[in-house]
Amino acid sequence: MIDASPADNPGERRAAYALISPAWVMFVVLLAGPSLAVVVLSLTDWQLGAPTMNFIGFGNYEQLFADRVFWKSFGNTFVYCLVVVPGSVFLGLGLALLIEGAAFGRAFYRAAYFLPVTSTLIAMAVVWEFMLHPSVGLINIVLEQVGIKGGDWLKNPSRALFTLAGIGIWQSAGLNMVLFMAGLKAIPPDLYEAAEIDGASSVWERFRCVTWPMLGPATLFVTVVSGIRSFQVFDTVEVLTKGGPNKATEVLLYTMYTEAFNFFRTGYGAAITVVFLVVVLALTLLQVKAGEKRTHYS
Amino acid sequence: MTRRGTLLGHVLRHAVLLAGLVIMLAPFVWMVSTSLKPPNEIFSTKLSLLPTNWAAAENYRDAFTKVPLLRYLLNGVIVTGGIFLLQLLVSLPCAYALAKLRFKGRDILFTMVLIGLMIPAQAPAIPRYVMLYQIGLLDTYAALILPFVFSAFGIFLMRQFFRTVPDDLMHAARLDGLGEFEILWRIMLPQAMPAMLAFGVISIVTHWNDFFWPLIVIQTGDLATPPLGTLFFRNEEAGSDFGPLMAGTVVITAPLILLFLAAQRRFIEGVTLSGMKG
Repeated sequence: MIDASPADNPGERRAAYALISPAWVMFVVLLAGPSLAVVVLSLTDWQLGAPTMNFIGFGNYEQLFADRVFWKSFGNTFVYCLVVVPGSVFLGLGLALLIEGAAFGRAFYRAAYFLPVTSTLIAMAVVWEFMLHPSVGLINIVLEQVGIKGGDWLKNPSRALFTLAGIGIWQSAGLNMVLFMAGLKAIPPDLYEAAEIDGASSVWERFRCVTWPMLGPATLFVTVVSGIRSFQVFDTVEVLTKGGPNKATEVLLYTMYTEAFNFFRTGYGAAITVVFLVVVLALTLLQVKAGEKRTHYS
Repeated sequence: MTRRGTLLGHVLRHAVLLAGLVIMLAPFVWMVSTSLKPPNEIFSTKLSLLPTNWAAAENYRDAFTKVPLLRYLLNGVIVTGGIFLLQLLVSLPCAYALAKLRFKGRDILFTMVLIGLMIPAQAPAIPRYVMLYQIGLLDTYAALILPFVFSAFGIFLMRQFFRTVPDDLMHAARLDGLGEFEILWRIMLPQAMPAMLAFGVISIVTHWNDFFWPLIVIQTGDLATPPLGTLFFRNEEAGSDFGPLMAGTVVITAPLILLFLAAQRRFIEGVTLSGMKG
């Protein structure tokens, strides 16, 4: 390892600056600049293409916090996360435990359950739309066989958000599964033997005494990562419901998208982006903390 | 994990896993099944996986003629390929300097990369859009590619990798009179293939599947990426002609699924890494 002291070798320093300069320029122009600009824009009344731009302080935020649609959207995003995160974390954990404990077929199961993660979500959303069709969709046909009337999954306001959450769980459980598998592999096998000698004979006892405590930090980490991912829900909303019916599936990124890119209320859209960014950054700091804990344990 | 247990335990375990699999894979199976059926069988409430009268040829022909599916796939290749190549060009030199060279400002730069890892892709979207609007690049390939040239994740991943390469290799190369660019190109790169593949998987999966950004910057049908093209197709069909539509989604999802089946291990490794990134 090299120490962090400044270079004593001018040649090495010159080469280093030449090597980093493209990345530095791109960082400033494409990431740092725009991320700061979004904060500045959120303090203006600018609309795309308008000749003038006035600073209006926190005007956009005042308007935002007084807007019922914004709070609806904010609340919906949280409800979505509160369904998808536990759903996909527990499903991921269960799958990881079942598959890692299987005597054969582990690679097959892992690949099959992982398939939804890599498939193009927009295309699969179109397939889900067809499967959720009230009269000719697979789901209602199957439900009818067992005597249940399925009804409308996407146009029923009390149900639409949960339907989208179901698709979210379907899509992300496989990712959580492989993250948990990485955590399970890190548990030393002698711990199970030790637990058995100490009288933990049943599968449940071994899970409670060894697997669960050892997996704790990984669980926290997977939960936060799932939270960040599901907070960014957008694709299924745009394709399947467009925020409807009656704002029942309006979520934060979708509100941002319509304000900034359909109505071109740039300043207002920027304010929504800032709210979105603050929540994601708060979750990310949690993730960093969870990550530190994890390295501490392993 | 222990892999012992009773016979009943084994049977139960596989029963649960297989039942779950039916639900997880149902959309894929139903998509393929529908793409083979004629309309009257699609709109029938009788369940069957295979059609009585095959309509695969008609459905797939319609899918390719109603919308430029091949063009969408080609756009996907151009955009994901262009993004990944430029990301490598920008990330590799920076990652090497961060890992192996001493210079003032190195720690600040690395902190910036770590901050860059935390910023979600949608946050800089509005200013990026305004920039492209002002230089007249909206609705072009450049609009799809340029915003993603800087990859904090790529720099981070490659830096971590370069740090594991022994310094002796570099010292020997310097004694032989090689410059830093040559060391990067001739000594480091050949060793970095596994890390570059992991980076490539993440970059390609992310940008092939990305929908938010193409939706914002692309209006012209001919420039649509596969996800945006799927949406155009769906809107054109207006929910009536499911056979060709499902044939279209089969074609759109096939490339990544085939790539995944061919290189599962790399895929799961790569996506696990990016999952860690958030």
